[in-house]
Amino acid sequence: MESFGYTVLIPVILFFSFIFIGLAGGKMNKYLSGIIGTVSLLTVTVLSYYTAYSYFFVYGKAGGVYQKIIPFQTEWLRFSEKLYIEMGVLLDPISVMMLVVISTVSLMVHIYSIGYMKEDMGYERFFSFLSLFTFSMTGLVIATNIFQTYVFWELVGVSSYLLIGHYYDRPSAVAASKKAFIVTRFADLGFLIGILILSNITGTFDFKILTDPDGSAITQGSSVAFMGLSVMTWALILVFMGCAGKSAMFPLHIWLPDAMEGPTPVSALIHAATMVVAGVYLVARLFPLYALSAPVALHLVGYVGAFTSLFAAAIACTQTDIKRILAFSTISQIGFMMLGLGVSGYGGENGLGFMASMFHLFNHAMFKALLFLCAGSIIHAVHNNDMNFTGGLRKFMPVTHITFLIACLAIAGIPPFSGFFSKDEILVAAFEHDKFLSVVMFAVAGLTAFYMFRLYFTVFWNKDTQYQKTPHESPKVMAYPLMFLAAASALTGFIPFGNYVTADGSAVETPFHWNVAVPAVAVSFAGILLAMKLYKKESDMPAKISSSLGELYKIVYKKFYIDEIYIFVTKNIIFKYISVPVAWFDRKVVDNTMNGIAALTNFVSVKIKSFQSGQLQQYAYVMVSGMIVLILIALYFMKTF
Amino acid sequence: MIEGIGLEYFLILSTIVFFTGIYGFLTRKNLITILMSTELILNAVNINFVAFNKYLYPEKLEGQFFALFVIAIAATEVAVAIAIIISLYRRLKTIDVEKANEMKY
Amino acid sequence: MNILTLFLIVPVLTVIAILISRTKEQIRVSAAVGMGIQLIQSIYLIFAYLAERSRGNIDVMLFTKTWKWFESMNIQFSIGVDGISVSLIALTGIVIFTGVLTSWHVDYLTKEFFISLIVLSTGVFGFFISLDLFTMFLFFELAVIPMYLLIGIWGSGPKEYAAMKLTLMLMGASALLLVGILGLYVNSVQTGNPEFTFNIVDLSRIDLPIEVQRVFFPMVFVGFGVLGALFPFHTWSPDGHSSAPTAVSMLHAGVLMKMGGYGCLRVAMYLMPDAANEMGWIFIILTTISVVYGAFGAIVQKDLKYINAYSSVSHCGLVLFAILMSDKISSNGAVLQMISHGLMTALFFALIGMIYERTHTRDIRFMGGLMKVLPFLAVCYMIAGFASLGLPGLSGFIAEMNIFVGAFQHSETFYRVATVIVCSSIVITAVYILRVVAALLLGPIKNEEFNFLKDAVWFEKASTVILIIAIAGMGLAPLWLSELISESLNPIIQKLSLLNIY
Repeated sequence: MESFGYTVLIPVILFFSFIFIGLAGGKMNKYLSGIIGTVSLLTVTVLSYYTAYSYFFVYGKAGGVYQKIIPFQTEWLRFSEKLYIEMGVLLDPISVMMLVVISTVSLMVHIYSIGYMKEDMGYERFFSFLSLFTFSMTGLVIATNIFQTYVFWELVGVSSYLLIGHYYDRPSAVAASKKAFIVTRFADLGFLIGILILSNITGTFDFKILTDPDGSAITQGSSVAFMGLSVMTWALILVFMGCAGKSAMFPLHIWLPDAMEGPTPVSALIHAATMVVAGVYLVARLFPLYALSAPVALHLVGYVGAFTSLFAAAIACTQTDIKRILAFSTISQIGFMMLGLGVSGYGGENGLGFMASMFHLFNHAMFKALLFLCAGSIIHAVHNNDMNFTGGLRKFMPVTHITFLIACLAIAGIPPFSGFFSKDEILVAAFEHDKFLSVVMFAVAGLTAFYMFRLYFTVFWNKDTQYQKTPHESPKVMAYPLMFLAAASALTGFIPFGNYVTADGSAVETPFHWNVAVPAVAVSFAGILLAMKLYKKESDMPAKISSSLGELYKIVYKKFYIDEIYIFVTKNIIFKYISVPVAWFDRKVVDNTMNGIAALTNFVSVKIKSFQSGQLQQYAYVMVSGMIVLILIALYFMKTF
Repeated sequence: MIEGIGLEYFLILSTIVFFTGIYGFLTRKNLITILMSTELILNAVNINFVAFNKYLYPEKLEGQFFALFVIAIAATEVAVAIAIIISLYRRLKTIDVEKANEMKY
Repeated sequence: MNILTLFLIVPVLTVIAILISRTKEQIRVSAAVGMGIQLIQSIYLIFAYLAERSRGNIDVMLFTKTWKWFESMNIQFSIGVDGISVSLIALTGIVIFTGVLTSWHVDYLTKEFFISLIVLSTGVFGFFISLDLFTMFLFFELAVIPMYLLIGIWGSGPKEYAAMKLTLMLMGASALLLVGILGLYVNSVQTGNPEFTFNIVDLSRIDLPIEVQRVFFPMVFVGFGVLGALFPFHTWSPDGHSSAPTAVSMLHAGVLMKMGGYGCLRVAMYLMPDAANEMGWIFIILTTISVVYGAFGAIVQKDLKYINAYSSVSHCGLVLFAILMSDKISSNGAVLQMISHGLMTALFFALIGMIYERTHTRDIRFMGGLMKVLPFLAVCYMIAGFASLGLPGLSGFIAEMNIFVGAFQHSETFYRVATVIVCSSIVITAVYILRVVAALLLGPIKNEEFNFLKDAVWFEKASTVILIIAIAGMGLAPLWLSELISESLNPIIQKLSLLNIY
């Protein structure tokens, strides 16, 4: 049995890399900080791969079932005898898989950024925050208890805030970073209260106890508490609220499209591949609780996922900003993963959805990071985010073109690219579980193919735009990560995921359902063909269609006015009708009451100050007469007359 | 014991002197006269001290000590008061007590 | 020689040194050296305390020493510390030292300024080491009075008004407090205690009749609560802070407001547990309002110091809220929150002072983009902001989590609803912190003149770095501090929970 003790080095290396670059970055050669960040990440990647190898193939299994291994744990903060936060490393299939995903994508993004951020003023700041983010994200996935998750959950939130606001002199970036942080913070409030309830009913934070399918935690809190749902269900719904915030599920998705204000590598790393799937990861982490103890909450997860998926896919069809299309596509794909979890059962044949969801998470991380990095390379070349300003780029940027095409095929679910396998399994799980949801997801699959190829054809084919400066292929340091990720997107579908990553640790059969796969691929092809028809050549068809849809198109284009509703709520309700009155009340009522007491004292003293006339003899007269009166009174009461 | 003269005679005397002093204090406008009136008051108290001492606790001397104290203090008090009055006169060109009312409010 | 008396002797020596100093340089240096010694010995005290504990000393208070002061009334000068006061003394040491550093270039009446500052800090140190209510009250007053001079003479804006308001409200509070303390004193002759006493340790052994507690608990709690910015007696805080000079704001928000929380815990809750259990709900409502109301109030303020003053109302409300929960975890959180808030608010006010010295405005509408010209101060400000909104790894998080987890242990719905409402303040806090960070530090530079600002100089860097190290140290390795405090909470919680159901 290997001890896996070295896994603790993964976050530790990254933390010191963050501290070192953050403190010393300004004083040394600018590029050195990039190199240091990349080298430490390379070390972490090697460690993660080695961990994955020894976990999955050598030591992880006991009796055919992957075990939860805790190689390192130290107490961090103690609340009481039972409730304490530990910082530790928990290895199980999903956390090891996430380590691989994070380190791979992060390494690619680091390498890519060395080229992409070359001209940037905040180069060292950027790399130190990348290290901070990767540190927090690894800390999140290897958390041994739910409070450790929460700690790192907040840290990824803040590193996302810092990185979205990288170009801090742009007001739009500042506003976007603020929005991202506050929306997720609001969701975290739900998460926190969820943790409080959960810890209260089970008496522990520890994942091992919480998610033990035979343990006592599962059966706790099943009494009906509020609105017909059990305490456990409420706790898990609140935890899911946190997940929905981080993973941009409706209606807390509004921060993600705006988050594209950050540098493109950041979008690739945080807002496509890793942080946004933290919500999926957490639901997966608590999956035994969801599946066995609160099926209602799990249904909610599924329905929210499906709805968000459809909703975001519809919006993605109308946007023109390259990165925003990708952002909505991310939301849509995360919806897929959530749905996969929502339609899954615990273990055995029923566990297909869980496994498929994790599989999709893995594949999605690869191809979506690739898409974003390609988008970055396009933006790098043409200096514009709007796809209508591009066209015919295939001639100028062959590498980007091919890799982008591979990623599009992967996300559209065309065999043999990776997206096909995972999406197909999610559809199978949905089909077996809930026919209605599977119909929705088929529609989403079609839409996905359509909007991705709409983007692809508009950027790389369509009209031959005249550029002011001829676009050029990105430098090698940016091109290699693209190639690597393209290879990954093409090939990872063949990994027999069902053998490794499942809810209960034992292998799941992944039957191939022709009756699901064939229609799914057909729908995707239909989407691609439609996109090709409309966008491959320059035409006025898309404009005609959109104008014929009229109001409907406008509503979708405006993202269903969700942003406007939020602005209304925050600006008008919170600012205008709560905060301003509170501030007014404080100054005018509470404070004036205090001032009023002072004024009253003052008023009385003005009234009686004329006793103080300055006439010595008047004082003496009052004093003497007062004294005489007092003496008389005293004598009267003492009755000695 | 002083033959034939009771304590009450001393007390009556001191009361008369005391209230003469009070009267002077309250009615005179001249600061010097007011000062003299306070001397009367103090002396009335002195008479009381000595008389009580002699009649109630003849074997003790505290009353006489106190009288001596009061005399000493009265002397210093007069010195201070006269100094104040002189400086007041320098400022105001008068020693009328009603004019010295700058400390009001 | 008792180590605790050093905390009173060193300031006296420092004041003497300042008095005989000739140049401003000498004054500053002697103040810094004196307070540096205070800082060092306050940190040494932690280790001495831990060493004594590990030696197996299980007394409630350590390093105790009692001198009779007024024999006839049994007033003692009695000192001693437990884990709570030790950690608060360390906080005071840090804040006063950094406060002296940040007031390095006070040029107007330098000598008098530093003397008042040191007298103030002496009051605070004395308050935390006192075990006798009478001397405790004496030091309380000693801390409050110099505040009037410091704000009234060296302040800015409507300083006379602010100084008067602050002093009068705190004086009103101490009047209540005095009545409360005397009430405890005259009722202290009960079974088992033949003599009138002000001593906390003696008083804690007595079971006061509930009727007495009912009368004096609200007095003491409100008396200390005013200092801890209890709604609706918090309005001295915005005006006072905005007019006070930098070091005074730091000390006031950083340490003086903690005296309120400490007093509530040590005197009100510890000595009158029955009334605390019976009447706690009234104050829980008030503090819940404080927390949310302060946070909402901070959202729309325009003056940097007002924002901080309201956020202090919110955070200190959390302290009192946690104390009232009379639960060990949340009381632990309350003390941690006192320390954390003390450090981060001192950092905030120090930075605001430094920024104000450069920009000559505190109005966030006229600022922006300071990150470009003042990177050091801006980064520090962001760290302070993150600490304030409870980012893990900094001090605010552990304090808040202790409070929330502890408060949620109550099984009654009332307490839980209050806890959930209080939890929501973390979102509102994020809103106002990010708003001010965005308006102040980020975005384009709004004022051309700001392009020529100079970043921090050595003493400014030193003071902020010390505070940040303390904040981060507490946030990264909270266990030892939380253990230090929670072990000392046992006697208090035992008294409180004898009557509780759980």
